[in-house]
Amino acid sequence: MQAVREFFKPFMLTELLKGMRLTGKHLFDAKYTLEYPEEKAPQSPRFRGLHALRRYPNGEERCIACKLCEAVCPALAITIESEQRDDGTRRTTRYDIDLFKCIYCGFCEESCPVDSIVETRQHEYHFERRGEQIMHKDDLLAMGDQYEAQLAQDRAADAPFR
Amino acid sequence: MNALIELTWIVTKIVALVIPLFIAVAYMTYAERKVISAMQMRRGPNRVGWHGLLQPIADALKLLMKEVILPQNANRFLFVLAPMLSIMPALAAWAVLPLSDGLVIADINAGLLYVLAMTSMGVYGIILAGWASNSKYALLGALRAGAQVVSYEIAMGFALVGVLMAAGSLNMGEIVRAQEGPIWNWFWLPLLPLFVVYWISGVAETNRLPFDVAEGESEIVAGFHVEYSGMAFAIFFLAEYANMILISGLAAIMFLGGWYSPFTGIPLLGPLFAWVPGIVWFSIKVAFFLFLYIWFRGTFPRYRYDQIMRLGWKVLIPVTVVWLFVVALMILTGFGPWF
Repeated sequence: MQAVREFFKPFMLTELLKGMRLTGKHLFDAKYTLEYPEEKAPQSPRFRGLHALRRYPNGEERCIACKLCEAVCPALAITIESEQRDDGTRRTTRYDIDLFKCIYCGFCEESCPVDSIVETRQHEYHFERRGEQIMHKDDLLAMGDQYEAQLAQDRAADAPFR
Repeated sequence: MNALIELTWIVTKIVALVIPLFIAVAYMTYAERKVISAMQMRRGPNRVGWHGLLQPIADALKLLMKEVILPQNANRFLFVLAPMLSIMPALAAWAVLPLSDGLVIADINAGLLYVLAMTSMGVYGIILAGWASNSKYALLGALRAGAQVVSYEIAMGFALVGVLMAAGSLNMGEIVRAQEGPIWNWFWLPLLPLFVVYWISGVAETNRLPFDVAEGESEIVAGFHVEYSGMAFAIFFLAEYANMILISGLAAIMFLGGWYSPFTGIPLLGPLFAWVPGIVWFSIKVAFFLFLYIWFRGTFPRYRYDQIMRLGWKVLIPVTVVWLFVVALMILTGFGPWF
């Protein structure tokens, strides 16, 4: 009897109907789609987007040209040149990041002793011409000026975990 | 002069059938994307036009603009011929499908045979496309498609033998008329196993999931149409969807009473729905089967190739043969309201 039931069971297509019931149920479920340009997914304070160089509140740039970021960068995306300024401090004369090489690992930010090079939450950008992918020092400082409030807030939010 | 008028009349009828069919195909692709994304809890196309309703038009325009690439060592003649061979039978078979009582282009007596012949022709397009492309994936896809369509043709043919036994006619209109009455008078009930077998082989016949080994994206890239691009690819696409609608139409005609309302002859509901034209009921039935196609695609994983062959030869064909015997007994004893 058992064998007969086992033989006829597949002919009832119960497994198929079970699967179709599941997909049929999901047909009416709430959708997870995010209408991207209008809606955006929440970001973590640790989000790693475009880079920026920060300044101190008095307007002095933080970067002291220690070149730790250049050394730690696994993609060799950072190029730094420096010289001594008239007041005896060392500052960069050139700070380039090649965004084609950069893998957004965040090591530069981790290695920076003065929290100068950071990664902003900015991830929507594009290049129209060859060469635009290299961020120069003034671009990076401008980014830092533009997003300073957000950057400071994110650093503060992450501080207890460091 | 009379012959000319006759000719224009026939051409008008063909155009009146083919243009709605193409629109149906276009919106079938839209419906498929929408329903499958809903099953996967996505929203699907919703940017082009209101709720993405112009998406099929955008897709068609894109394919029209694209270049048709002829592979270097392809057989040019067959390469170009294959898409035509594939769409021609898919459209030609529609000639005998009655959309409503008397609403048919060619009311021929061997309608069912003609449909079977036309659906079998479709496989030539696939085989030639695979062979002429001079690509290993295309060839493998063509081989798979050929073997699969040939084996499922048998199960499908046997299932239809049951229908013509029950109806006593090969004429599509007569087959529908034999089912006159409410929903339980239609052939799906006495021929239920044949109905299921027909539907499964119909899905296999059109190379749709879960029987889409001919395309098998994850195994052989895109199967027989890897080398096709632009409009040539679009024609294969069109043929596939036209075939799906055709198989759905056949299922509606042969098992779900074609143009009859499911309430025919029921005291209160029957007269209430008597004003609905037959073509509406027919379209609703076809839409139901098309939805099943999409539902299957959203649910089932692809069959392994040997399992497809096993299912076709060792399960579906014996089931149909057994049920043909039962149908014969039912006809002899005049069983139920059907015979």
